[in-house]
Amino acid sequence: MITIEHLAKQYGTKAVVEDVNLTIERNSIAVIVGTSGSGKSTLLRMINRLIEPSAGRVLIEGADTREEPAHLLRRRIGYAIQGHGLFPHRTVEENIATVPRLLKWPAARIAARVRELLEVFQLEPATYAHAFPHQLSGGQQQRVGVARALAAEPAVLLMDEPFGALDPIIRAKAQEDLLAIQRRYGTTIVLVTHDMDEAFRLGDRVAVMSNGRVLQFDTPAALLAHPADPLVTRMTGQTDRALRLLSLTTAGEIAAPGAVPGPTVSAAASLRDVLSELLWRGAEAASVTREDGTPCGHVSVAALLRHGRSP
Amino acid sequence: MKHGPLLLRGLALLLLVSFVIAPQRFAPLFAPLTQYGAPPIYDQGNLLTLTLAHLGTVCLAAAASTLIAVALAILVTRQSGRAFLPLSRTLVNIGQTFPPVAVLAITVPLVGFGEIPTLIALFAYGLLPIFENTLVGLQTLPPAVTEAADGMGLSARERLFSVELPLAMPLILEGIRLSLVINVGTATIGSTVAAKGLGEVIIAGLLSNNTAFILQGGLVTALMAVLLYEGMLAVERRLCRSVRTD
Ligand SMILES: Nc1ncnc2c1ncn2[C@@H]1O[C@H](COP(=O)(O)OP(=O)(O)OP(=O)(O)O)[C@@H](O)[C@H]1O
Ligand SMILES: [Mg+2]
Repeated sequence: MITIEHLAKQYGTKAVVEDVNLTIERNSIAVIVGTSGSGKSTLLRMINRLIEPSAGRVLIEGADTREEPAHLLRRRIGYAIQGHGLFPHRTVEENIATVPRLLKWPAARIAARVRELLEVFQLEPATYAHAFPHQLSGGQQQRVGVARALAAEPAVLLMDEPFGALDPIIRAKAQEDLLAIQRRYGTTIVLVTHDMDEAFRLGDRVAVMSNGRVLQFDTPAALLAHPADPLVTRMTGQTDRALRLLSLTTAGEIAAPGAVPGPTVSAAASLRDVLSELLWRGAEAASVTREDGTPCGHVSVAALLRHGRSP
Repeated sequence: MKHGPLLLRGLALLLLVSFVIAPQRFAPLFAPLTQYGAPPIYDQGNLLTLTLAHLGTVCLAAAASTLIAVALAILVTRQSGRAFLPLSRTLVNIGQTFPPVAVLAITVPLVGFGEIPTLIALFAYGLLPIFENTLVGLQTLPPAVTEAADGMGLSARERLFSVELPLAMPLILEGIRLSLVINVGTATIGSTVAAKGLGEVIIAGLLSNNTAFILQGGLVTALMAVLLYEGMLAVERRLCRSVRTD
């Protein structure tokens, strides 16, 4: 658990972050969104003390982060950034091993961990372990960047627009991978983005920032249903809020018993995708099947309309 | 095509080595340049000894310049040493703008004749390229890389030695190469204050009006400069294959 209390940062007379209070649950993903210059990166970087706060404090599992030297604190916290920041003179393997080496892990443990991460991130060890970053594609570099951040099994992972430089298809894949990895390792993730779709897809809770303040920190559904500030409504998108709401629920969650004639959708598909499919086909309802192919009911247009309505 | 330059370098090396080992064999070549039966090949000292002494002086001075210039560049790129940047720049610039001959004139009364004043002059003259290159190297590191280094918890020392210096290495080596090459030529003036070196050959030629001597001193110096340049370039390529290729 990360507790942020009255955190503030001032440069001269300019308040960049003001009185931020957040509690981020263990094993959850908190996303920070906001316009450019709203203080997202500053807030994130105060968590691992890349920036020292002007006021307030950060607790990780109840312990004040100022209790230990900053560089030792950072070895326990993963950090991944836009443009990955891989060391160009080090191989993929050496890059990933950076923090475990700083922590003086035994060589065998480091090797095993690097191998595991390469496999988790779908980078064939034989091909990529000894490659240099410039020999990889942008998507692969980015994955190595996240693998490196996770190498020493940190309980907390901070990410600053980690997928900002990726094209939409690779980006969607990277987001999916991140969710899978978060489930696998139970990492607490704090992620900064200015892409609202990304925030809604990844965040258990989303903090909306403006001018250094957190306007609201809530679940995506609550941000849509009960915006605390007109700016939150504006940022979450007034025109497509019904569709955003639909995107938060999967077909499997609302499937009614019984199969119907017409198209078939996966239980993991979001209601937004189901609606799109039905519009495209001109159908009234779709059958829902689980990943293993077994049927689990159907979803009708009427049900979709009910779910898109203002709660 | 690819082997052309290599062949040329090999020939230059062969020429240099065979000339300093057995200069008398080249006597017929230089004879037309002498008058009144003067010796066509420098005969007042061993060319090989002089060449090695020359090289030794240059390398020693370059080593000292490298040590000081790199240390200074590291200092002024740290948070705590930033204030010293203008001062360091001024000092290093004076080292380069102050003529080496003048440095000799000032240092000889203080430390006497011989190798030492030459070393001091070359050391001062060679600081600038190394300092400026190291500075640029350390100041133009990719920001995402240094941020990641900090974010992962490298200490200031670890960051310097395992990230900053390796990434700046191509530029540092280039600075050392420039400094070396400039000083191979400059070192000839050391002979005016009795330092062992190839300047002796040139000065002997000037005093006895022997063009052959002047040419020999000049040619050996030039060949050495070219070979040092090429040698350093090869070292740089080898060491920095993976750095800054992105
Ligand atoms: N070292 C600094 N000195 C002065 N002002 C700064 C400094 N660092 C950041 N700022 C200012 O603080 C504000 C917030 O910066 P920050 O990088 O946190 O924004 P951000 O929300 O991450 O923006 P973006 O989406 O563009 O990355 C900006 O207005 C920036 O100009
Ligand atoms: Mg930012």
